[in-house]
Amino acid sequence: MTAVSDRASEILGLHPATGTSVTERERLRSIRRTAVILGLLCAGFAAAYLLWDVKGSWSYALDLRSRQLASLVVVGAAVGASSLVFQTIAGSRILTPGVMGFDSLYVLIQTVIVSVLGPSALQLMGVPERFILNTALLAGFGLLLFRWLFRAHSRNLFVLVLVGIVVGSFFTSLATFASRMLSPDDYLTLQTVLFASFTTVDVQLLGVTAAVAVLGMAALVPLLRRLDVVDLGKDAATGLGLDYHRIVTITLVVVTVLVATSTALVGPMLFLGLLVANLARQIVPTHRHTVLVPVAGAVGVLATVGGQFLVTHVFALNTTLSVVVNLVGGLYFLYLLLKAVRL
Amino acid sequence: MNVLATGGRTSLWVSLGAVVLAVGAYLSLAVGVVPIPLSDMLSPDERQWMLLSQVRIPRLVAVLLSGAALAVAGLIMQRVTQNSFVSPSTSGTVEAAVLGILVATLLVPGISLLGKMVVAIVVAVAGTMIFLQLLQRIRHRDPIVVALVGLMYGGVLSAITVFIAYQRDLLQLLEIWTTGSFSAVMSGQYEPLYAVLAVGVLGYVFADRFTVVGMGREFATNLGVSYLRILYTALIILSVMTAVVVVVVGAIPFLGLIVPNVVSMFMGDHVRRTLPVTALAGAGFVLLCDVIGRTVRFPYEIPVATIAGVLGAGVFVWLILRAARRPGATR
Amino acid sequence: MIDIKSVSHSYFDGAPKVLDDVAIDFPPGQVTALVGANGAGKSTLLSAMSRLLVPGSGQVLLDGVDVTKAAPTVVAKRMAVLRQDNRISARLSVVDLVRFGRFPYSSGRLSPECHEIVERALEYVDMTPMRDCFLDELSGGQRQRAFIAMVLAQDTDYILLDEPLNNLDMRHAAAIMQLLRRAADDLGRTVILVLHDINVAASYCDRIVAMRDGRVVIDGSPDEVMRAEVLSEVFGMQIPVHRVSGQLLAMHWAPLPAPALQAV
Repeated sequence: MTAVSDRASEILGLHPATGTSVTERERLRSIRRTAVILGLLCAGFAAAYLLWDVKGSWSYALDLRSRQLASLVVVGAAVGASSLVFQTIAGSRILTPGVMGFDSLYVLIQTVIVSVLGPSALQLMGVPERFILNTALLAGFGLLLFRWLFRAHSRNLFVLVLVGIVVGSFFTSLATFASRMLSPDDYLTLQTVLFASFTTVDVQLLGVTAAVAVLGMAALVPLLRRLDVVDLGKDAATGLGLDYHRIVTITLVVVTVLVATSTALVGPMLFLGLLVANLARQIVPTHRHTVLVPVAGAVGVLATVGGQFLVTHVFALNTTLSVVVNLVGGLYFLYLLLKAVRL
Repeated sequence: MNVLATGGRTSLWVSLGAVVLAVGAYLSLAVGVVPIPLSDMLSPDERQWMLLSQVRIPRLVAVLLSGAALAVAGLIMQRVTQNSFVSPSTSGTVEAAVLGILVATLLVPGISLLGKMVVAIVVAVAGTMIFLQLLQRIRHRDPIVVALVGLMYGGVLSAITVFIAYQRDLLQLLEIWTTGSFSAVMSGQYEPLYAVLAVGVLGYVFADRFTVVGMGREFATNLGVSYLRILYTALIILSVMTAVVVVVVGAIPFLGLIVPNVVSMFMGDHVRRTLPVTALAGAGFVLLCDVIGRTVRFPYEIPVATIAGVLGAGVFVWLILRAARRPGATR
Repeated sequence: MIDIKSVSHSYFDGAPKVLDDVAIDFPPGQVTALVGANGAGKSTLLSAMSRLLVPGSGQVLLDGVDVTKAAPTVVAKRMAVLRQDNRISARLSVVDLVRFGRFPYSSGRLSPECHEIVERALEYVDMTPMRDCFLDELSGGQRQRAFIAMVLAQDTDYILLDEPLNNLDMRHAAAIMQLLRRAADDLGRTVILVLHDINVAASYCDRIVAMRDGRVVIDGSPDEVMRAEVLSEVFGMQIPVHRVSGQLLAMHWAPLPAPALQAV
């Protein structure tokens, strides 16, 4: 067999070691530029969040704001990374953990734990232990739910989405039901346990979730190249020697852990993941998850930090981040859906 | 299968339903902070009568009428769109009605119940019309896709409503409107629900024409049915039913979807026969949820919407999976 | 050698069998065609052979080892498969796709030798000028050739292809078949393809396996299979077969009328 003709090699500008052509190198450069701009934007908004329009004591404001910023960063990065990766294993741009009802499941688990163990038992458990318990249960149930759905209806995208939405609603109603079953005192305890108030972030919770989020994202790193192959579809991936089932399961566990961290900090953020993941794929035209996942994380941070900045200073706190996200995200989701059914 | 047999089967279901309803109704009247046993119910003393006439009976009537109204509204929608997953909760109608109430409250603070109803009806009609337009544009007539689009459309309307409410600090009020509950129902508050009866009769009269309209414009015109007029009649009927319930009671999720579907599973699709049964079944379902809500954590009350949300969502998922299993369903 | 032992499969309980007790083997170094009408079970058999489908009963052995039990990467280095439906939503260029063919060896990090193999594969399918185009910018035929290149880059002893000539124009279809013929003759590769055109099979293949209703109806050389009575059993059509310039030609586009129905 002949080697590639020298003429062709010359025209394409093939680099001997990396095998890349001129076009490929140009594309990589463009991606690098985008990444740098993204990084600068994140840094800029972070700085603005901390420093803009500080009224009163600087040390107090900085302390409060830096904690808020930290939780926003954790949420943004976790939601971005987990949603993008979930889209790959689910094989669809419309599905994300939020759409599938994962965060509602988290709320339900929280409520059930409080109902079952009683508030006193819960107060004896420290914040980290509570979080780990919640996350472990979420991973377990999430895995079962996901596997059941996919086994039964692997080709049926719309069924999955619809069931996900209805199941999410079911979990929310069930959680409300469970919370109403508690005595008023227990209910109050539940409220404090349920979500950290965003304005006064519990440092312990922040520490635990940040650590877990970092661990989760680190766990994704060795999977990234294999996720590129998963993106080709089950048959092609299996044909290329990938243990498809194993990779999908591990990734799913990591996704549920990341979902748990963001839900613990700010509650269910239904459409944030959908917006962030799809936006990330738009701005970096590549299939490589080694690029996509960090970019999704950065876009997520930009969305949360930038979004909260806008909510605080432009909307003067007359709304919350989740309201804005749900509005924008809901419209975007509707658009995606209509695009999918019209073509 | 001869006509007598089908007629006989229908009346069997109806009588069975009536019995169940009677039991439920008794429970609804008897249970409460002040229990009223059956013997007293037939000849109550003055205090008991006050309770019955001011609170318990209105509440029972409200429960039955709301359930019937939403179920029938769902049935009408399904006939007119020929799609089994269209209902007030999966078409944005409920969300539009809520938006209407919000708009009414903002424009005229302290507006009367009647005023709220009128505005809610208007916005519900507009919102549902937009949804029907959306339906025309999508290629899939698959119930699952339609339900999905409807839910998301409703979600967008809801997000807009929350956004406005947040701006004007009406969030808590919004919460009350959107969580259907009968705890505040009492004499003097619930009478608008009787409008549902009149509208329901109208719906029954037009039932067959709704089915014809569902077959399409050409089909309807061919049969001498005025397509647009009947379509708008359907739209107004179901909007009135939905809006009235939402204004008086709040939103009760999934009711309009699951009840007509379950009824048609047993009884087929002949509207004249299924409409009364659907109304009864809807009334029964809400009665069941109400009784559960009042007894399971006595003396506290869990709103009907929460119970219905749990039960309804479960049944909905079952219906979805059943629909998806049919060969040739969603690709 | 790929050895298929009594493989049966149906898609769900009670459904008619899509593979019915199939037992054949594929010795190395040959080009074999799987032919038959739609629904005969050819694609399903190919999926079972390449462990993309676990059959309801029976076994597929690759060089003596059960294909579903062996380590996935080991199997991927010995056998490459191309399915019929290839829809990719990712933003992939042609060369990106072909590089995936090296995944069993490189796990994503390609050596200079890998790059050379990739470029060679691109040349074989005549896609070098388009290597940097994104897949969604290409025609169906160009996409098909890109996928074939990926399979070639996988550099395996066994190459399984499900209707690889779909969407290809005549020139490229002929080029691919000649390429596969050379792979078997010069390099000793084993090629098994599902083909819907019996004439292509007869021209290029050493052996034709014809299926109907999940069973193997005939397994033989082109001379043995390209006969009117055999083809009528396989396809349910009266196809006249002629020898033209030394090649067997089945005129399936002009079948003879079916025998008249017997009067009752």
